[in-house]
This record gives sequence, C-alpha cells and structure tokens, in this order.
Amino acid sequence: MRIAVCIKQVPDTAEVRINRETGTLVREGVPSIINPYDTHAIEAALSLKEKLGGTVCTVTMGPPQAEASLREAVSLGVDEVFLVTGREFAGADTLATACALSGVIKKIGADLIICGKQAIDGDTAQVGPEVAEFLDIPHVSYVKKIIEATPESIRVERMMDDGSDIVEASLPALITVVRELNTPRLPSLKGKMNAKKAEIKKMGAAELGLPLEVVGFNGSPTQVKKIFTPGPRGGRKKFEGSLEEQIDALVNELVEKKCL
Amino acid sequence: MDYFLSEEQLMIKELCAQIAQEKVVPVRAELDEKEEFPWEIMKVMAGSDLFGLFIPEEYGGLGKGSFELAIAVEELSKACVGVSTTYAANALGTYPILLFGTDEQKKKYLPDIAAGKRLVAFGLTEANAGSDAGGIQTTARLEGDHYVINGTKQWITNGGEAEIYTVVAITDRSKGARGASAFIVEKDTPGFSFGKKEKKMGIRASATRELVFEDCRVPKENLISREGMGFLVAMKTLDSSRVGVGAQGVGVAQGALDEAVKFARQRVQFGHPVIGFQAIQHMIADMATEIEAARALVYAAARYADSGAKDVTKVSSMAKLFATDVAMRVTTNAVQVMGGSGYMREYPVEKMMRDAKILQIYEGTNQIQRNVIAQNIIKEAAKAK
Repeated sequence: MRIAVCIKQVPDTAEVRINRETGTLVREGVPSIINPYDTHAIEAALSLKEKLGGTVCTVTMGPPQAEASLREAVSLGVDEVFLVTGREFAGADTLATACALSGVIKKIGADLIICGKQAIDGDTAQVGPEVAEFLDIPHVSYVKKIIEATPESIRVERMMDDGSDIVEASLPALITVVRELNTPRLPSLKGKMNAKKAEIKKMGAAELGLPLEVVGFNGSPTQVKKIFTPGPRGGRKKFEGSLEEQIDALVNELVEKKCL
Repeated sequence: MDYFLSEEQLMIKELCAQIAQEKVVPVRAELDEKEEFPWEIMKVMAGSDLFGLFIPEEYGGLGKGSFELAIAVEELSKACVGVSTTYAANALGTYPILLFGTDEQKKKYLPDIAAGKRLVAFGLTEANAGSDAGGIQTTARLEGDHYVINGTKQWITNGGEAEIYTVVAITDRSKGARGASAFIVEKDTPGFSFGKKEKKMGIRASATRELVFEDCRVPKENLISREGMGFLVAMKTLDSSRVGVGAQGVGVAQGALDEAVKFARQRVQFGHPVIGFQAIQHMIADMATEIEAARALVYAAARYADSGAKDVTKVSSMAKLFATDVAMRVTTNAVQVMGGSGYMREYPVEKMMRDAKILQIYEGTNQIQRNVIAQNIIKEAAKAK
C-alpha cells in the first residue's frame, strides 16, 4: 500500500505571540513544529506500513524552511518526502492549498491519504476534505480508530458530537485523524541520520501542471480581511447564592425562556 | 560550554534529551514511589536505536563508543538516575561479550541486545565479594559439555528483568584470582532463579535482585574467553563502564542545578527572588563550576578510552570518583538552595539527592577508586625510574 501524509509546519503555539496592531501571529523567531495532529497522521501511516507493507510519503506546501518538518518525518521512518514550494503558492487559502497538495498526490499516486484533523494555527479543518474533493475520492474525517485496513478498503471509527460512527470506505480514500488515534513515536537515531541526507523532492506549479490562477493568492476565493481576538460573548447571567438557590434560579430562567 | 560534538553526537544528545523530557520526567516520581521497572521507557529507547549505540555495526549496532554512550547516559540522568542505571547496567552486562566474546557469541547475542529485544545484567557482586572481588564463592564445575554453576549473586542491577546475564564464578579455587571465569547465562536456564528484590534508598525504578544458581547447567560454549580469565573480564568491563557512572553523576548534578536555579528565580523572600542573594549565588556558582569540571573530565576520559588507549583504568577511575562526588555535593546543595521545598517529594531534587548517593558506591566505591588511582600512580612512578 502507498500511503501519503499531508503535513503542515506550524509555529510552536507554546511560544507564539500576537502582533497587537495587525492581529496576526508573530512568526519571526518562533520555533516551528509539525502540526501536532499531523504527527498522529504520520504515526497512523507508519503503523499501517508495518502491518501491510508498502511505502509512506509525506507532502507539505510551504517556504524552503518547511524542509525541516519533512526531515523530521524521515527521522520517524517516512520513506519519501515532497515539498510544494514557490512564490506562486504564497497567500493560499485552504482551497488553493488543497489544490496544490492534491496536485502532488495525483502525480505521485497514493492508495490512502492521511491528514491531521486540522492545523493548530488556522484551525479550519478544511484542507483534508478539500484534497479528497479535488481527487474525487471518498473521505472520512475525525478518525479516532482504524479498525481494519486492507489493500482495497478501510474501516474506521470517526468521532461525532454524540458518539461515534463506524464507516467503511473503498480505497483510494482520505482520512483525517484526531489525537485519540495513537501515540506518535519518537525518532530513531538511524532515522535521524537518514533524515540528514534525505532527498527533498521539490515541486512548483509548472511541475505539477497547475495553472497559476488556481494556486496561491490568485487561486484563493477567500482572503483574510482582519484577524482579531473575539470579545467576550454577551447575554450571560451569573446566579448567586447557595447551590439550591442557584439551581432554582437557573430552572426558573430556563422555564421563562421556554427551554424547559 | 561547547565540547565540539559532531553532528551525530548532537543528534544522540537531542534525542536522549527529548526522551528524558517527554517520556521520563512525567513518570519519574511515580516509578520511584512504586519501585516500578521502567519497561515503557526501555521500549521507547529500543525503538530509537539507543541500545545499539555502542555495539559494532556488523552486529546490528551503530558502532559508537564510550563517548556517545556517556552523552546518552548524561542526558537520561538529568531526568532520572533510576532509568539511566537500567540503561547503563545493560551496557555493563554487554561489555564482557563485546570485549572478550567469540564471534559466535557475538553473533548470537549482540544483535538482540542492539535491538533492545533482550536486556542484559552483569553478575559479579556477592555477599562476601564486593570491593574484594577475590571473595567470590559462586563456583562453576565442568561436567562433560556443560558447566554446573552453584552460588548466589547479590544486588544485581536488572536482575529478574534481564534475559541475558554475564556472571563471574570460580572454576579453580586453588589458582586464586586466576581461577575465576566468566559465563553467559540465559534467563530460562534450569537451576537459575531470582531471589529477594531489594528495597533501596534511591534509584528505585531500577531493579536490584539476587541471582540464585542451583546446579545450573550452562553449555560449555557459554564460557567467555578462557577459564581463568574471569577477573580480567570483570576488570576490563568495569574500566569501560566506569566513565558511564561519571556521566550519570554529571547528568544528575546538572538536573539538580537546573531545578535549583529555576526555583531560586521564582522564590521570593524579603521582597526579592532568592537568586538575588549572594549566599545563593555563590552556592550556584560553585555547583555550576564543579559540574563543568566533572563534565570535562568525564568527556576527556571517554575520548581517551575511544582512542584505543590500553591504560584507561586510572583516568576512568578519576572521572567516576570526581563526577560522582560532585553529584552528591551538588544534589545536596540543590536541596539546600530550595530549602523546605527541596526536601519535599513535590519537587524532584530530594529524589536526585537519594539517587546520587549510589553513584559513590556502585561499580567500585569512591574509596576503592582512590586506591586504584594511587596504585596506578605508584606503578607509573616505578616504571619511570
């Protein structure tokens, strides 16, 4: 089986600061890490490879320094890594990002694509499903357990607000995964040594056969207008008094509002 | 201080620091409290290739030396000496095979050891044979194709958990020190069992147990080197491992200093963080200086051993002696800097102080190290005439 994992290099949120004037993240001087959800995607791919054989490749889009996250993936045991990079990709929203990532996957081929459920910087959870749409394959998001995987299909348990679903999909398919799925491994020394000399295969829009109007800023129907910290939500009420009094007051309020 | 580590050495350091931070620090207090063997951590280390660090590439290892092992042990010891003892004792048990084993023995055991599939222990100490290894009473008698071993080894690190044991026993009592031999004994050999599990002051995650041999028959080919080489095997093994004990001292001392500095910057008394007081500053300055001196000596000794030098005994004893005395002083002073908090189990330094004590005792007490150093100086002086 050939498994592709899409990863994103993100600022280490433990160290992040916000520029008060622009409302954007200050990325200068902040260490970068692999998006934590994506580390679970890598782990899932590597353990499937250990069971079923095959290869695992990792794809990311970003500036040249995103190479570091790909090398880290190699240190964990990933076989091949691809970097989508070039000025033409700057300013991409989720759609343009998914377009570029799916372009690589079309080129290199994959039976199963695994993504983290979302990135901790943008938090959109859109790119994974969008990649599946570009590839015209099924996807299952928020996977917390891989029940069975064969070269033809995959059966997984996905998290829902009110419990979980068991879903089977034929391959090729894409899944996005949550933290509950597994515990990511640490790198090995041999892996770290391989990572040093690993070849990073770089691709631009031309190599991917993508027209310039579908990638980067030009291919992005959404633009960031303003980034701000939302103010506190209004309409809150605090009940005081003993526990019984608070409960009575709450019940009365709910009855009044016709909630009960 | 920059010790000009190579890229690979830096990788080893980073990886061990990551394991220490992510896998050891969160559980060290619990392992200590429950006296629980750190199997989970050993599995992580096996997956990270760390058991193969000092084993030649032809036997599935990474082919590094004492220096790289010292770096790994130092990083782990910053977090927990119980864990680093388990790891270092595995190396101690492996050295007899590595240094004196036949190619068949190496092929049979080293690949599993390098992969972390089978843990190793070294069995030398007995009730009447500690500093005086001449007091060994365990015997091995050749009967046909087997040696029959009888006796009890005491305080064996990794005892009961390890699957491979390198054990020293007397094959010919009339020859004194030249009558000892070393053997490889596998865990499930009939006649080989485990006695009492010790309750210790520190390094409580590490297992310390008796090995009991009752007419335990091991195949003749499990003899390491030749009959009569047992003491030499043991002494060369300890020469190789002693630097690692020094590295444990450097690590635990650094770990304690880091905690003390962190605490002293936060703890406010008389309206100031206590780190602003000269009394604390001088203690911290002394601790840091001593640690750096110990580290420089341990690194120098390890590099000297890796250079292929034959006469490593004196310098490895010096490294062990100095670094572990520093460890005891620094961990004690870390508790002092932190005052009442330092004495509480809520903070890690009281454990570090308990753990540090063993380093002055095991693999040759620091008094024995001084004897060894002095004997070597006397020998050198006699030769120089």
